[in-house]
Amino acid sequence: MAQEKLKIATVSLAGCFGCHMSFLDIDERLFELIEHVEFDRSPLTDIKEIGQCSIGLIEGGLCNAENVHVLRNFRRHCKVLVAVGACAINGGLPAQRNPIPLAAILEEVYHTNPGLHNGVIPNDPELPLPLNKVHPIHEVVTVDYFIPGCPPSADTIWEVLTALLAGRQPVLGHALLHYD
Amino acid sequence: MSKTFTLDGKTIPFKDGQTIIQAALDAGYYIPHLCHHPEFKPHGSCKLCTVVVSGHQTASCTLQPAEGMVVESETEQLNAERRALTQMLFVEGNHFCPSCEKSGDCQLQATAYHLGMMTTHYDHFFPNRPLDASHDDYLLDLNRCILCSLCVRASRDVDGKNVFALAGRGAQTHLIVNARSGRLADTDFSATDKAAHVCPVGVILPKKRGFAVPIGERTFDKQPIDAYVDSRLARKES
Amino acid sequence: MGSPDTACASYLDPILERYGYRSVNLLQILREAQESFGYIHPDAVDYLMLKLDIPRTKIEGVASFYSFLHLEPRGKYRVLFSDNITDRMLGSQALMERMCRNLWAEAGKITEDGLLSVDTTSCTGMCDQGPALLLNNIALTRLTEQRVDDICSLIRQQVPLHAWPTEFFQVTDNIHRKDLLLSEGFVPGAALEAALHRGAAGMLAELEASGLRGRGGAGFTTAVKWKSCRNAPGEQHYVVCNADEGEPGTFKDRVLLNSYADKVFEGMTLCGYVIGAKQGILYLRGEYRYLLDKLNAVLTRRRAQNLLGKNILGQPWFDFDITIHLGAGAYICGEESALLESLEGKRGTPRNRPPFPVTHGYLNQPTVVNNVETFAATCHIATAGGACYADIGTAKSTGTKIMSVSGDCARPGIYEYPFGVSVRQVLEDCGATHTQAVQVSGPSGVTVAAHEFDRQIGFEDLPTAGAFMVFDRNRDLFEVARNFVHFFAHESCGFCTPCRVGTSLLRNLMDKLHNGHGSPYDIKEIENLNQLLLSMSHCGLGHTACNPVLNTIVKFRPAYEARMLHQEFTPAFDLDWSLQAARQMTGRDDNLAHLSNTEPLP
Repeated sequence: MAQEKLKIATVSLAGCFGCHMSFLDIDERLFELIEHVEFDRSPLTDIKEIGQCSIGLIEGGLCNAENVHVLRNFRRHCKVLVAVGACAINGGLPAQRNPIPLAAILEEVYHTNPGLHNGVIPNDPELPLPLNKVHPIHEVVTVDYFIPGCPPSADTIWEVLTALLAGRQPVLGHALLHYD
Repeated sequence: MSKTFTLDGKTIPFKDGQTIIQAALDAGYYIPHLCHHPEFKPHGSCKLCTVVVSGHQTASCTLQPAEGMVVESETEQLNAERRALTQMLFVEGNHFCPSCEKSGDCQLQATAYHLGMMTTHYDHFFPNRPLDASHDDYLLDLNRCILCSLCVRASRDVDGKNVFALAGRGAQTHLIVNARSGRLADTDFSATDKAAHVCPVGVILPKKRGFAVPIGERTFDKQPIDAYVDSRLARKES
Repeated sequence: MGSPDTACASYLDPILERYGYRSVNLLQILREAQESFGYIHPDAVDYLMLKLDIPRTKIEGVASFYSFLHLEPRGKYRVLFSDNITDRMLGSQALMERMCRNLWAEAGKITEDGLLSVDTTSCTGMCDQGPALLLNNIALTRLTEQRVDDICSLIRQQVPLHAWPTEFFQVTDNIHRKDLLLSEGFVPGAALEAALHRGAAGMLAELEASGLRGRGGAGFTTAVKWKSCRNAPGEQHYVVCNADEGEPGTFKDRVLLNSYADKVFEGMTLCGYVIGAKQGILYLRGEYRYLLDKLNAVLTRRRAQNLLGKNILGQPWFDFDITIHLGAGAYICGEESALLESLEGKRGTPRNRPPFPVTHGYLNQPTVVNNVETFAATCHIATAGGACYADIGTAKSTGTKIMSVSGDCARPGIYEYPFGVSVRQVLEDCGATHTQAVQVSGPSGVTVAAHEFDRQIGFEDLPTAGAFMVFDRNRDLFEVARNFVHFFAHESCGFCTPCRVGTSLLRNLMDKLHNGHGSPYDIKEIENLNQLLLSMSHCGLGHTACNPVLNTIVKFRPAYEARMLHQEFTPAFDLDWSLQAARQMTGRDDNLAHLSNTEPLP
């Protein structure tokens, strides 16, 4: 009997999908991967609702209420949660707005600058409300593993994934550990 | 015959007046450090170079060895604590490596690689710190300052200028420059100052010279920091 | 930098003159400049740069280090409420809110008319007569709602401080138990005469026989310190008295200086005699500014009595004088090497040691730094001899100890006991009932729980700098520890990474528990931080900053358990509050415009 495949879910919160692109850069190793795993919710499958998973890969930090909901949902459904990339780990580029008060940012974008939404701050309930600050994901849920990098290289992601699948601690040596 | 001490079991010769870290680096053994610089007086503030001597932890940049002293450095416990200090420095400031020109040449980053820092772990302070672009040749991005005071020492002790100083206290400690306006342009700072070339992180940066060396080909991309015995000499300003 | 401003010259020249235009006196010059002008104006900085020939960075670096110095206007009336736990227990927070309400002020800010600023400050040493505050650095005690209202109307009418009711500024000694040091009848000069009679070596021998140990808390043997300093080569030797009594809950030095200053100055002079020093400096904490004139008057009298100055007691070779250096709000300066830096007009950053002050102290010269009480004790050793002194107390803790008792007790104040007294005895004497815990030796000391009340004050068991804060069964020891952790985060000098960042992280974690976001994860984090502070910090502040938590987390676990409202990790920040600005800007209040810190079940 074939071994049941492990389920993996992935998502990009306040990120640029660059980490997902880098993940795709594992190229032909994807074939090897799908021998062992099945993708659940992910931009790769277009599945919208997450089911019970072994591994959840989170790209991006938390910049709005929806990010928080999605992250918590992942935490609830994934045995192992992995922060992938700089934004998930320290907020990254989006967090560079943090020193500026949110009200001043909205003011500047929608009121001061001409030409946007008729000078009205969008208030449609469909749109997630922004948080005061962008937060790394470990400030809101417990995170089991971290893969630094902007983005982490395909080799780095591969090392962590294969280690987790093999049940060993991932080790990122000098060649694989980068924050940029 | 010269005097010696042991560092993690290895015999290290030393001269009178040398500190543990100086003797170790001279002998080719790396001890993590950020505020230490071979050309300047010991400072002892970053505490990364802490070692164990006779059961006590102490900064190796301020302690002089004694004959036969037994020093431990590469222990799991010490490296875990050093890693925690590095994480503290990361969350205290705003260290966004991907958008920093110093990435790959940065000692804080390279030290964090050496210590296997995978996450900043603590909650970030996200402080509001200024950027001073007033000077024609140099930029000050205080978001990345780790308060090592190397620029302070270089300007005072080598350049004879006192361009930089630490001000404030505790968590409010910050770097200031020698001008009533608070602007670097209004000081006598110059690109030829020693102080322009000692910042271990990306605070004091030359202008008009971004990404001359691509990411991935920089100092610590090529080799880990412990491969450079004097890591500071690795990057020469062209 | 332009021509010297004549306005600056008019008030700065006399100050500069008095301090000999020496940059080593920078802190004193800045303090007096501020007393004259209200704050340190940029023009004053320009002027001082020129006159002292030092860079602006030095002046700004020093001025910004000390809490009581301001490079920007802070109001004509600068109110600082003492924020020790004992002040809080007496209702200081409500009184501060009352003042802010009365005067339309916001804590931490200067009012728009520039009249006033209201803020908190670390313990001002008035714990037995609090709540207390500092007004333009002068102490006010025994605050009540009525007194706060009176203060508010005096401020509103802009009545100058010297015209305020004197009882507002009354500071009493509150001595409830006297022993050797607090006994009456000391004749100024008697100890010096006795010491001269014994000779310097003889005096040292008596000191050695006395077994006297430093009273600042660390308990270093005084004779060893004096002897090493005496033997250390140097152009000058110095005597420094550490009266930077900053440990919250400690106020015995304030009483010694107020009513027993002769003993303190005479002890310093004795030390000068033994180590061959010509100059002594008393480092008085800024909070005790109100004592300055009185102490200077004592010094003047002693000079007239030939107990200070040239040819003391007619000895042609015996010259010694004392000056007073005032601190400016920095707890760290109680650490002896930071104190020396501060004396030299620098930021109060602890030095790397070795070398130690006995060989490389003030101006890099051999220096004895002792606590106020230590110097006072040496007078008794000079007159009655070391053996007599050693008979008092216990084997390793000879003599007496003055305790500053405050908190939940009927008779807070000063109690002097022979070493070896039990915590229980002190509690009984001060009229404490239903006591839950005692904080011995301040936040950096030990939290003693009820089952330990038979423990003894002394270096063998409970060493102390003198603070004895009592908490009865109605107090929450978690909140006590949290107050102490805030204190350390505020007072960290910022030099070393573990203390600068670690004390802030610890404070944030304690606040997280306080705010109801705690889980076992946070307790683990607190324990890890404690370990790091202990093993990695540069000086005693960092090493002891974790003590309050280390102690209470073990001895008063239920107080922490009560804060662990969650089993699972919960964010430290309030997620819903984090959406507040966006809600306000968009006018939204729907379900999706809210978040909870605790995850709703699916």
